[in-house]
Amino acid sequence: MAEQLATGSRRGLRPALPLLLPAYLWLTVAIFLPLSAMVFFSFMTDLPLAGKEWSFTLGNYAAFFSQSLYLTLLLASLRLGLEVTLWCVVIGYPAAYVLAKVLKGRSREAIFLLVILPFWSNGLVRIFSWAMVLREGGILDITLNAVLPFKINIDLMYSYPAVIIGLVHSYVPYMVLTCYLTLQAIDDSLIEAGRSLGASRLQMLKRVIIPLSMPGLIAGAALIFVPVVGSFMEPRILGGRTGTFYGTVIEDQFVAVFNWPLGAALSFILLAVVLVILALAAPVLRRAG
Amino acid sequence: MAGVQVSNVSRSFGAHKALDHVSIDFPDGGFYALLGPSGSGKTTLLRQIAGFDFPDSGRIAIGGESVERVPVEKRRIGMVFQNYALFPNMSVADNVAFGLSVRGEAKATIATEVQRALDLVQLGKLGGRRPHQLSGGQRQRVALARAIVTKPRVLLLDEPLGALDKALRVDMQIELKRIQREIGITTIFVTHDQEEALTMSDRIGILRDGRLVQEGPPEEIYDRPQSEFAATFLGDANIFRGDATGHGIRLPDGMTIAAGSGPSLAAGTKASCAVRPERIQISTGNAKLDMGNANMLEGQVSKRIFAGNNSTYFVDRDGQTVKVIVQNTGAERLAEGQPVVLSWSPESTVLIAA
Ligand SMILES: Nc1ncnc2c1ncn2[C@@H]1O[C@H](COP(=O)(O)OP(=O)(O)OP(=O)(O)O)[C@@H](O)[C@H]1O
Ligand SMILES: [Mg+2]
Repeated sequence: MAEQLATGSRRGLRPALPLLLPAYLWLTVAIFLPLSAMVFFSFMTDLPLAGKEWSFTLGNYAAFFSQSLYLTLLLASLRLGLEVTLWCVVIGYPAAYVLAKVLKGRSREAIFLLVILPFWSNGLVRIFSWAMVLREGGILDITLNAVLPFKINIDLMYSYPAVIIGLVHSYVPYMVLTCYLTLQAIDDSLIEAGRSLGASRLQMLKRVIIPLSMPGLIAGAALIFVPVVGSFMEPRILGGRTGTFYGTVIEDQFVAVFNWPLGAALSFILLAVVLVILALAAPVLRRAG
Repeated sequence: MAGVQVSNVSRSFGAHKALDHVSIDFPDGGFYALLGPSGSGKTTLLRQIAGFDFPDSGRIAIGGESVERVPVEKRRIGMVFQNYALFPNMSVADNVAFGLSVRGEAKATIATEVQRALDLVQLGKLGGRRPHQLSGGQRQRVALARAIVTKPRVLLLDEPLGALDKALRVDMQIELKRIQREIGITTIFVTHDQEEALTMSDRIGILRDGRLVQEGPPEEIYDRPQSEFAATFLGDANIFRGDATGHGIRLPDGMTIAAGSGPSLAAGTKASCAVRPERIQISTGNAKLDMGNANMLEGQVSKRIFAGNNSTYFVDRDGQTVKVIVQNTGAERLAEGQPVVLSWSPESTVLIAA
């Protein structure tokens, strides 16, 4: 399969060039140029704005290694990324399975709409509505107290779980969509064939369905893990004092402290770490699938 | 091994009756072909037997035991799907091993059984390949090996040769029949190719609109169809319609046709006679006729189609076209427009109630 694709794309490359050109132009202008500027900034002592003196330095990168705080925060952010990704798998994969294999027709369309609704709502609105639900005496408390016979006070606001809840809610649609696409491509007759051979539903899941939907799981995990590690909005609003992560520190450098060079350097360290993790994980995941 | 009894099984999808009181006894160790036009309920019946779907009413028994409450994975059936349904994430050997390994068989047992099954379908050397590296016929044989390696009680095949070209199809028919005989498994084979049904099976069941039209050994259905549908669907037939005379029919123009078999019908009721094209003798007026050919009609050749070893003549008489197939023995060919005499014996004629 891989070889076929490779030869196919090689043959198809020349006529495809005009089609690819707009995308590459756009990528060059919108991503490559600003990114190069950022690389440049990350090696400066100060911004060349407002006529300040500046020179080249490795100090911004050295700062990461000289202060253990950055490493601690990076590890906390990686853990956050891992946990959110896992929760998205736990919640998103079964949902995708039901959408792809159990529901049919109208009900499938309706549920699908509900799943991708978060995509269409503004990120800030989404986060602040969670704040209203989770804060002390908020909607969650009111609801629980109305149902439960005893007084309860779950103050989830400004806590690690609140950050997780907010992030999972924002990112779970990615997992549902990528898994839905791969699950839907699995022919129902494969499942019937397996069951006629004596496999239980659980055995079918383990041996056929999960391996065949692995590409969707991997794509979903990559789409979620990378932005969550660098996230700052949800940690700041829902996490409060507990919400200091690597992403919020980078944001501070840009919007509060105005130390763009340090912010840029920290970003590229994050980028490098994430790329290394993805490179290490790829062969393991590919073998599983 | 076990036979399968389907008694009075009905299954509706909404208002549509996909199966309507179907009863068939599939004999132990036999090769049974389910034949019928598209949408007649063949796949639906197979799915009831496999347990992928459940009848609204009626009873299905495998090996004498009702399987009403037995789920698919416990029915011990082997199924070959039209699209083969091989697991693309596994090698050929792992595909074949699947049924044994989910049962928790020992590794060594699995290895020998898989090799034996692959040898049986003559794919012994291809165990390491992936399904997408195989040809259609090879995939079909892997699907067969995978279905029989678990020693199922019944083998269900849903148009397994449908996707193959003619030559490969004939090879696979022979192969399938050989394997079936070798392991003696009760086999139910869905097809809408009547030739395939005739050459391969011990018994044939013809379905139409969810109902069983007729069933029995191939010769019996071919020689004594009980309906115009059975006569024309399995093989080719000339149908003459008229009024029953007791032992035949009278055509509208007054000619009579004598039938050697069929039900006894009250004189005057509407009835028809079916005659196979190859049973009719065609001759010019002065040629000598066979002694037994009591049925005789006159007509005119309207068309002749040459097909190598035989020729098909279309003969017009009284507004009807009669089809006649003649072996090409080198004798004189009849020209279009030539007046001819058609004759055949009552033994070749079946009376059918309208
Ligand atoms: N799941 C279903 N929902 C609704 N209708 C169905 C379903 N399965 C089958 N049918 C209907 O039942 C009838 C019989 O279908 P079935 O698949 O058994 O036909 P078949 O004889 O196998 O035809 P073919 O030769 O085309 O495969 C068809 O009219 C079909 O539309
Ligand atoms: Mg079918």
